[in-house]
Amino acid sequence: MSTTTLSGTTITPAPTSALNLSRTTATAARVLRQLRHDPRTIALLILVPCLLLVLLRYVFDGSPQTFDNIGASLLGIFPLITMFLVTSIATLRERTSGTLERLLAMPLGKGDLIAGYALAFGALAIIQSALATGLALWALGLDVTGSPWLLLLVALLDALLGTALGLFVSAFAASEFQAVQFMPAVIFPQILLCGLFTPRDNMHPALEAISNVLPMSYAVDGMNEVLKHTDMTATFVRDVLIVAGSALLVLCLGAATLRRRTA
Amino acid sequence: MMNINRGADETPDPEPASGAASGPEQASGTPAVRADALTVVRGPRTVLRGLDFTVPRGQITGLLGPSGCGKSTLMRSIVGTQAKVTGTLEVLGRPAGHPTLRTRIGYVTQAPSVYDDLTIRQNLDYFTAILAPGRPTAERHQDVTRVLDDVDLTSHADSLAGNLSGGQRSRVSLAVALLGSPELLVLDEPTVGLDPVLRRDLWNLFHDIAATRGATLLISSHVMDEAERCHRLLLMREGEILADDTPDALRTNTGSDTVEAAFLHLVDQATAAAREKETTR
Repeated sequence: MSTTTLSGTTITPAPTSALNLSRTTATAARVLRQLRHDPRTIALLILVPCLLLVLLRYVFDGSPQTFDNIGASLLGIFPLITMFLVTSIATLRERTSGTLERLLAMPLGKGDLIAGYALAFGALAIIQSALATGLALWALGLDVTGSPWLLLLVALLDALLGTALGLFVSAFAASEFQAVQFMPAVIFPQILLCGLFTPRDNMHPALEAISNVLPMSYAVDGMNEVLKHTDMTATFVRDVLIVAGSALLVLCLGAATLRRRTA
Repeated sequence: MMNINRGADETPDPEPASGAASGPEQASGTPAVRADALTVVRGPRTVLRGLDFTVPRGQITGLLGPSGCGKSTLMRSIVGTQAKVTGTLEVLGRPAGHPTLRTRIGYVTQAPSVYDDLTIRQNLDYFTAILAPGRPTAERHQDVTRVLDDVDLTSHADSLAGNLSGGQRSRVSLAVALLGSPELLVLDEPTVGLDPVLRRDLWNLFHDIAATRGATLLISSHVMDEAERCHRLLLMREGEILADDTPDALRTNTGSDTVEAAFLHLVDQATAAAREKETTR
């Protein structure tokens, strides 16, 4: 049977491929457009990390060395936390509002959706990290030996990791309340174990072993490498690859939680 | 592939209920939907129990029954979003949920599924980009303008969906389903909460879509007076189909004045039959 539309054209069914560039960018643009209607969220996302860095700078007014250490680590942790929160709530809303069911009944690939979100929040993370890094380096006197670009790279990968974790976790949250509670459950243990408070090799061996498999440990480690070394060390490359690999792995796990057919 | 020829095994009553817009009969090809022993289990409950029915092409088929009888589950099965579906379910000649069906079916869920923090136009722009990414922008724009006009929301195109009334939001949701002129529209209670004028306008639109675009519409409702506006009816109760006929035939066969009375008659009959079975056992 042939169906003619009013405009006289027939639409040939476009099969759903794993990743379609224009569907992915359309999704990313849509997510950013949604955010644009919510300027307060954007302001909070971008300004809060900067304000916290300023706060931290004057908390350690007497010991700039401590600010250097903690400040650099936090430049990696902030984007992870904010992107985790934003993504988990945004995708939870997509699930509960019925738009996810509608999209998956349409020719949208799961990869398109995940990549669209990662692209949109990644762009936001670049702005956030650039501002926070710039502020820390030039206004707050954060003393970094290596290139600020490398700091930015790690921050961006952390943001992607946060996006990935948020996407994944939203599948297990039935409400916004639960989604927010996943933050202390998933992120706080990593903050405690990542080496921010005490070097990881000072921890109980069991905890050190756990911290060895948590991605945030490598994010913070990477930041510290940039802090102390002028050029890209082998450890830094390892750290970056591990963070990027974890982000990719969790994104795939997130895609697996999207089901076209649900009970 | 087994094709059931509709007219042959049904009561001879080919005239649609409202003489207004009779859908162009698609003599050739398969029915829009064909179910055979269709069963759906949700958790511990069997929601649909071995349904056999067909939905003819180019017509409006009403899916009626009390809330909780399995209408939405049946619609989700047809669209391909329902898990644990057993039996045969063919949609537009393909097994339900087949990837190529995703551009050929328009689906409206019971609760409006649109982005509240986007304007109506931004919602439509996004969904049309998902449906037909390769289509020229001008054509997509034309499509958006058309569906806005269809649901009478052109003047609100730049309002945020979240600021609209409930009835307006459900019309945005309907507009999304109309994008790309799908061959089959599956509408889950599309007229709930709308005033009588809008309801009449939407039913006129549905008839227009069936008549001029040759599309098939499957529309659920628990309001029996809407049944009179359908070409065919599927009456459901507790996961089973009580009747599959035209509104006229239903009234005649049950000796009732309205579809509502016919439905109640059939329910009583079914209950009595079930009780009979109990006692004879």
